[in-house]
Amino acid sequence: MPSLTRWYIKSALIYLTAALLLALVLALPVSANLPLFIRYLNPAYFHLFMVGWVTQMIFGVIYWMFPIITRAQPRGNARLGWASYALLNVGLLLRVVGEPLVGVRPAAGFGWLLAASALLQWLAAVTFVILTWPRIKEKYRGG
Amino acid sequence: MPRLSQWFIRAAFMYLLLGFTVGALLLAHKGMPLHPALWSWLPAHIEFLLFGWVVQVTMGMAFWILPRYWQQPRRPHPELAIIAFLLLNLGIWLVVAGTTFRAGPWFLPVGRAVEMAAVAFFALHAWRRIVSREGA
Repeated sequence: MPSLTRWYIKSALIYLTAALLLALVLALPVSANLPLFIRYLNPAYFHLFMVGWVTQMIFGVIYWMFPIITRAQPRGNARLGWASYALLNVGLLLRVVGEPLVGVRPAAGFGWLLAASALLQWLAAVTFVILTWPRIKEKYRGG
Repeated sequence: MPRLSQWFIRAAFMYLLLGFTVGALLLAHKGMPLHPALWSWLPAHIEFLLFGWVVQVTMGMAFWILPRYWQQPRRPHPELAIIAFLLLNLGIWLVVAGTTFRAGPWFLPVGRAVEMAAVAFFALHAWRRIVSREGA
């Protein structure tokens, strides 16, 4: 299993744990008097699950298992793979921080955090597709 | 990787890009308002990523990796999986037409029915491949 896949899968497991922990906190009754910013983490919970866990797990497995391109460079440009991993994770974490900040203090000028998060996650998807597209093919038979 | 898996996975990647593009616009709009009509794309964002990306990439991988038969055809009744591919993609766009584009009240339920049929056809194909090495 390549190093990048190990990072994807271990990160995915951490996000799954974080998502379920957040789900537990969000399920507490109103009488628990949670801080207001916790209530704004509902979309972040869903995206920790779908992007952090599901998509990241799929990316990791695809990077590992898809047919290789050549023996010399089996999985394409590894730097693109690491860039996609970093963009996805930094983007997702920016969202987790930015969304409650914007919710609690809408006029404080934190909106750029969400725009930056959006751009980084979008770039992660584009980068991963560019990296992987040549590997959607028949088994490598040499040459 | 068989040809049909390549179709599934290429389509899944297109939906990944579509879904992330719409999602990025929605998230950016939360922080820096762009256009109020963007929120009508939320159902399309969910549909593209849940069915277009996650379900479709899973089907593509399953068609490729589930145990194959020893004799030809090694992946039996591929036509069932081809029908699943066509129905799934039709269903996604019917749902999007019914939600984001508000094309009419029947688009959403018909789209869901078509997606359900797609899953049923895929299950019919995959069922007989979910076996041990000895075929039990």
